[in-house]
Amino acid sequence: MAVKRTFEEINDKIKKGKAVILTAEEVTKMAKESSVSDVAKKVDVVTTATFGPMCSSGAFINFGHSNPPIRMEKITLNDVAGYGGLAAVDTYIGATETSIYNEKYGGAHVIEDFIKGKKIKLVAQGKGTDCYPKKEIQTYIDKKSVNEAYMYNPRNAYQNYAAAVNSTNNIKYTYMGTLLPRLGNLTYSTSGELSPLLNDPEMRTIGIGTRIFLCGAQGFVSWNGTQFNTTKPKNKYGIPLSNAATLAVIGDLKQMSDKYLKAAYYEKYGVSFFIGLGIPIPVLDEEIAKFVSISNKDIQTTIFDYGYNERPNFGTVTYEALLTGQIEIDNKKVRTASLSSLIKAREIADVLKKWLSKGQFYLNQPVQHFPSKTSLHSLKETGEDL
Amino acid sequence: MKRKRFVLTFPPEVVGEPITYNLAKQHDVKVNIINADVSPGEEGSLLVEMEATYPNMKKGVEYLKELNIEIESINKKIQFKKDECIDCGACTAVCFAGALFMKKPDWKLTFDPDLCVVCELCVKACPLGLFKIDFGDSAYV
Repeated sequence: MAVKRTFEEINDKIKKGKAVILTAEEVTKMAKESSVSDVAKKVDVVTTATFGPMCSSGAFINFGHSNPPIRMEKITLNDVAGYGGLAAVDTYIGATETSIYNEKYGGAHVIEDFIKGKKIKLVAQGKGTDCYPKKEIQTYIDKKSVNEAYMYNPRNAYQNYAAAVNSTNNIKYTYMGTLLPRLGNLTYSTSGELSPLLNDPEMRTIGIGTRIFLCGAQGFVSWNGTQFNTTKPKNKYGIPLSNAATLAVIGDLKQMSDKYLKAAYYEKYGVSFFIGLGIPIPVLDEEIAKFVSISNKDIQTTIFDYGYNERPNFGTVTYEALLTGQIEIDNKKVRTASLSSLIKAREIADVLKKWLSKGQFYLNQPVQHFPSKTSLHSLKETGEDL
Repeated sequence: MKRKRFVLTFPPEVVGEPITYNLAKQHDVKVNIINADVSPGEEGSLLVEMEATYPNMKKGVEYLKELNIEIESINKKIQFKKDECIDCGACTAVCFAGALFMKKPDWKLTFDPDLCVVCELCVKACPLGLFKIDFGDSAYV
């Protein structure tokens, strides 16, 4: 009889220390020698992970009120602007915002420093009101001094991502790294068969409320990510061939570890943020068992030419081929390089596995699934007089 | 035979000296210039691969030192903060010399200074700014 499991049954096994937990790489290896139904019978949970640059990240912080109080309207943290449009001592600091004085230091660095326990310089101004008379404040904050501090990333964990090349005669500095001219290299960013949304491509088990590993803390999926696209072309295994679904995630900054996040600066592009993210996938049935058994040879991505604004494409390539370090494009041998850390992703999948094995982490059934049949709008310039 | 990469830094007055010719002719040292940053009237830098028997290499190095040429192993000119590396691979994308690479099964970044050509592309490509190279005018920090 075909296997069927519920979240409750798996959580019960986790509680008793009897759940069989494998990382996505381990289950892929197992699937080479076992049938899908065997995988479904034997495995309860599969841990997936990724550690890559994810620009659409940031954090909410509440500083607490001073005496007399101030309504902060302009805010900087270590000279990096935070959002001043919230009341009155709340801010959102975005990862890619850069320091007024140093383009290589940005919001991601502020958040990393905060997590490390460093003191952060806070400067804020307000116009002064009857209820908030103070007009300026300059002080230091740290993770012990503030009230709430939580990471909220509107778009993380891209389900697949296009690979980048540059066919022009000039070097291109992009968020996909330094692209050498005349197809001098190719960069890609994925943990492949270990990647969360490639192991549950239809998001049957991942939705709003899913408990996740977020930068060393236990966090949650809070919504579908921005630019969430479920209608991209897929291969025969149900894997989209380029950027598709995404996740919005949330987690307590004070519980995070700088081991699992890292501020980054890409030359002539700007600041980004390496985010460590792990998601457990419950093997509810054979269909999920089949999905988690996916291997790099079954995952393709599309190669785009970042040398041109229109981004013409050079077709698709498997991650198995990309991981060999060299592929052929237009009869030319092109060196391939990753931008996301596979070692770190493996470490996260292992940590998550350990948490589950020790009963320190339980699965949350999504309280709501993501929308289906979504596609993206592009921004049109209406040409109207403004 | 010994083969090694060195960075030679020489004062302005030596820029006119045919050092590679002399190394070959007088000391039987094979010199391969891999990278050069030389401007007349200014300090110059050369990345060379020298190949010779041990005694000849020693004599060649002595000759360079007599000319007040600073000779250092390439390792000393390149600083890489390995402890802070997250093994993302961005530097391997630009390292056409193959000095920075990642391989199966562990995907850990390896740096082989003997393959480095001091192109300095990794300095800009590393998103964590972990490379520092002291070569020629640029002296990236």
